[in-house]
Amino acid sequence: MNIDGVTTGIVLDHIKAGKGIKIYNYLHLDKLSCSVAMLQNVKSSKYGKKDIIKIDELIELDYEMLGYIDSNITVNFVKDGRLLKKEHLDLPETLTDIIQCKNPRCITSIEQEIEHVFKLVDREKKTYRCAYCDVEHKEYK
Amino acid sequence: MEKNFRNLISITDLSIEEIDHLIDVANDIVENPDEYIDICKGKKLATLFFEPSTRTRLSFEAAMLELGGSVLGFAGASSSSAAKGESVSDTVETVGCYADIIAMRHPKEGAPMVASRRTTVPIINAGDGGHFHPTQTLTDLLTIKRKKGELGNITLGLCGDLKFGRTVHSLIEAMLRYDNVKFVLIAPEELRVPEYIREELRKSGADWKEVESMEEVMHELDVLYMTRVQRERFFNEEDYARLKDTYILDLEKLETAKEDLTIMHPLPRVNEISVKVDDDPRACYFYQALCGKHIRMALILNLLGIK
Ligand SMILES: [Zn+2]
Repeated sequence: MNIDGVTTGIVLDHIKAGKGIKIYNYLHLDKLSCSVAMLQNVKSSKYGKKDIIKIDELIELDYEMLGYIDSNITVNFVKDGRLLKKEHLDLPETLTDIIQCKNPRCITSIEQEIEHVFKLVDREKKTYRCAYCDVEHKEYK
Repeated sequence: MEKNFRNLISITDLSIEEIDHLIDVANDIVENPDEYIDICKGKKLATLFFEPSTRTRLSFEAAMLELGGSVLGFAGASSSSAAKGESVSDTVETVGCYADIIAMRHPKEGAPMVASRRTTVPIINAGDGGHFHPTQTLTDLLTIKRKKGELGNITLGLCGDLKFGRTVHSLIEAMLRYDNVKFVLIAPEELRVPEYIREELRKSGADWKEVESMEEVMHELDVLYMTRVQRERFFNEEDYARLKDTYILDLEKLETAKEDLTIMHPLPRVNEISVKVDDDPRACYFYQALCGKHIRMALILNLLGIK
């Protein structure tokens, strides 16, 4: 694992090639003042190609959201230039305010400031259903 | 928010044992009416009907009144705060200060779930759009149990619009939990059950078949559940005209039926059951409405923690 350029911070590794930019945007990394590096299409023995994001600061991560976007990501925590710990992500059981229900008949389409909650119903197929109307979320697979 | 009581949002919130318990209480209400006259004295049921459904609302209100409780509420969004743009959460949080239990109907799917997250008062889903209507399913189960003596070991025919009728889907899902129920699905090709129901039937290992005419299976049935075939479900007038008579139950079609057939219908009926059938002892759809009141009484008692 290459943590070059990070003294104290986070390295997101094994991101599916092409999803790096999505995660960059979701985490609002452009708002950070520390150094941030995104590597695209890095050769990987395991996945063929992958993206890597290096952040030279220990920021708060939204694991629910990261796990939903790509559950294969490895999160490496670096302190004083050394790898402190490694965490593997998983598909979260519940998603709160990460995706929106698209069913026009769903109460979430009219109720003010309601949390959009989805439940994982099939881990293998990555199927999430709206907690209110039970309609499956189709956008992301 | 800590909840002392439960809600009924979907029929799957209830285990088979809990359904059995509700049925037992509903039967006890008939056998020992005196015990129930004042049992909910001082308790209030709020019926929040964001869309009108007179039949369901009256059934809930009659149930609460018969238990000695009182009722308050509104019917139709135009007469309610919702017309002024108030959210479900705000309405329910307010009403939760006045009532001990809430029965709620709303055109949007999942509205009762939203309500249940915002109040400690038990919420009964009295229909949320095309999503769930669990007290209708409980009504159907009580009717079948009373008429047949058990919920297993029967041949259940479901006839008419099996595609859009949520009542039918919930009933199939509920009946799949009992042993040896044979399902006979009677519908035109355009109105057959959706694929997910077919998938559940396959997975369950239950005996089931799909047919297009009532006559060919009438003699097999123990229960015949009729539903309305609506004109707007068809692409053209010709198809509707051709099919609608096929799915109207009349005395002639009943000739080959069993002596103890139970004919059910969630009501309101339009023309799918001939009025002449009403006097036949096998017609149970008005009795079904009575069962609806009894099971709602049992449910109110259960959710209030009384029985
Ligand atoms: Zn929804």
